[in-house]
Amino acid sequence: MPGILIYAEVQKGEIKKGAFEITSKAKQLAGDVGGEVAACIIGKDVEGLASELAKYGADKIFVVDGPEFENYVPEAYVQAFAQVASQFNPSIILTSASAQGKDFTPALAARLKVGSISDCVDLSVSGGKLVAKRPMYAGKAYAMVEAVKEPQIASVRPNSFAIEETAGAGAVEKVSVSLDTSKIKMEVKSLELAASEEPDQTEAEIIVSGGRGMKGPENFKILEDLAHAFGPTATTGASRAAVDAGWRDHSYQVGQTGKTVSPNLYVACGISGAIQHLAGMGTSKVIVAINKDPEAPIFTKADYGVVDDLFKVVPPLTEEVKKIKG
Amino acid sequence: MNTVVCMKQVPDTETLIKINPEGTGIVTEGIKWVMCPYDEYAVEEALQQKEKFKAGKVTIVSMGPDRGIEAIRTGLAMGADTAVHINDAAFYEKADPYATAAALAAAIKDLEYDAIFCGKQAIDDDSGQVPAILGELLGLPVVTLVVKLEVSEDKSKAVATREVEGGHAVVEVSLPAIFSAQKGLNEPRYASLPGIMKAKKKPVDVKTVSDLGVSVEPMTVIKEMSLPPARQAGKILEGEDAVEKAKALTKALHEEAKLI
Repeated sequence: MPGILIYAEVQKGEIKKGAFEITSKAKQLAGDVGGEVAACIIGKDVEGLASELAKYGADKIFVVDGPEFENYVPEAYVQAFAQVASQFNPSIILTSASAQGKDFTPALAARLKVGSISDCVDLSVSGGKLVAKRPMYAGKAYAMVEAVKEPQIASVRPNSFAIEETAGAGAVEKVSVSLDTSKIKMEVKSLELAASEEPDQTEAEIIVSGGRGMKGPENFKILEDLAHAFGPTATTGASRAAVDAGWRDHSYQVGQTGKTVSPNLYVACGISGAIQHLAGMGTSKVIVAINKDPEAPIFTKADYGVVDDLFKVVPPLTEEVKKIKG
Repeated sequence: MNTVVCMKQVPDTETLIKINPEGTGIVTEGIKWVMCPYDEYAVEEALQQKEKFKAGKVTIVSMGPDRGIEAIRTGLAMGADTAVHINDAAFYEKADPYATAAALAAAIKDLEYDAIFCGKQAIDDDSGQVPAILGELLGLPVVTLVVKLEVSEDKSKAVATREVEGGHAVVEVSLPAIFSAQKGLNEPRYASLPGIMKAKKKPVDVKTVSDLGVSVEPMTVIKEMSLPPARQAGKILEGEDAVEKAKALTKALHEEAKLI
């Protein structure tokens, strides 16, 4: 049975952007594999969100809604999604490689007794089979990977595909799943989410990142100001040097032992460009480097470079960006 | 507390990756091999739990070729008690995450443990799938991206803080369970000189496919590998002073790159 089923992740009462990206891509791929594009959302009070997915090409939207799905618990979500998958019987399943998606996808694949391909940056169909391109070694190399059995499962790195509005039939179907609660051995006690509305580094469209050249934790304020000027799709990041110095939390770290990111714009401030860092941000669409050392390796990768003291460049840059943004 | 640590030997993060002429894998000559940095957190956590309970055994389970013994000895020198080395070309040469997890599960199933620790991902293939698949194969709950762990006195459950997008989640899980370690969980110790001497005498059980009684076909296959397209150095923006350079940069981002 052909058809593509996507997992549309909900966070803070909204469908995540990554879900729209994979729905848009699924719509394109459906032309090659045939069948319908279906999406599945799981959560508490999420039914009202379902129809949004139709705008990007979902023909069917399965809704699993209930208080037992208020918080993400892998076993509960895997059981629910596996039941939807057996009902729709897709040849391809796509998820977003968000923090939750990276937890959920391999568990789902193992439950369905198939493989999954994680953190893909491109997808195509050849001879009816899904072929996925994914970075390895934090982006120092790429592999083309095929999943042997159906359903072929891939998680897709956020920002890899554009969101395109193409209407799908959008039939919403509420699914009641039977949970085997004896298998659920984990319970969420509390969630501590930062109040800020900043996107995660892996999902941000613009990242303003700071390294050793920032000289101290207090100076990251100027990067936050610049990110703020760029707008709500921007956030800040840090190099390993800045994280290991204790200036920024590890959740900000970009690079081989931190996050691998591919924003539209990456602004590296006071970052020399160690190989581990370049690997983690090398797929950014446009890279800007601001560094007073003209020999810094970061300049060999940057589309735009400013050789000067970042503390003299960043504040006026913020002002100029504000002027354009009005 | 008895624990198992799944560990992988990987190229050091400094490594410049080259692709072999067949395009099927990387050039492995000249690489400095190390314990995966995330697995160091896993080993450290196992050691700290053992120290806290003042009892138990830490067993390292690792799959890889002969050279893998060096990383295993590093773990033993840090303080792990014993190790299982799955050393069989039939496994590691084409092992995908599923095959890896299946081999590890076969080696682990007869061991005694209250918890299994893994790194959040191996920094070579970056799949990050093994903990979840291992959980499925062993029928254990899996808590990924753990940055803090408290095990109850009776070792029946644990409270783990895990990284989620935009913050942290605190979860309670029954033991035995699998935990994948994220940076921040602890500060891995260095192997001491006496530790290194002792490690040489610690037992390492080498296992092959037939020892484990499993034959595992991979679920995913790498068709081709390539290097990322080379990035060319771009334009250096000139200006009389920093303010002028900032203006030139803004103009370029606005008019050329059309990003603002």
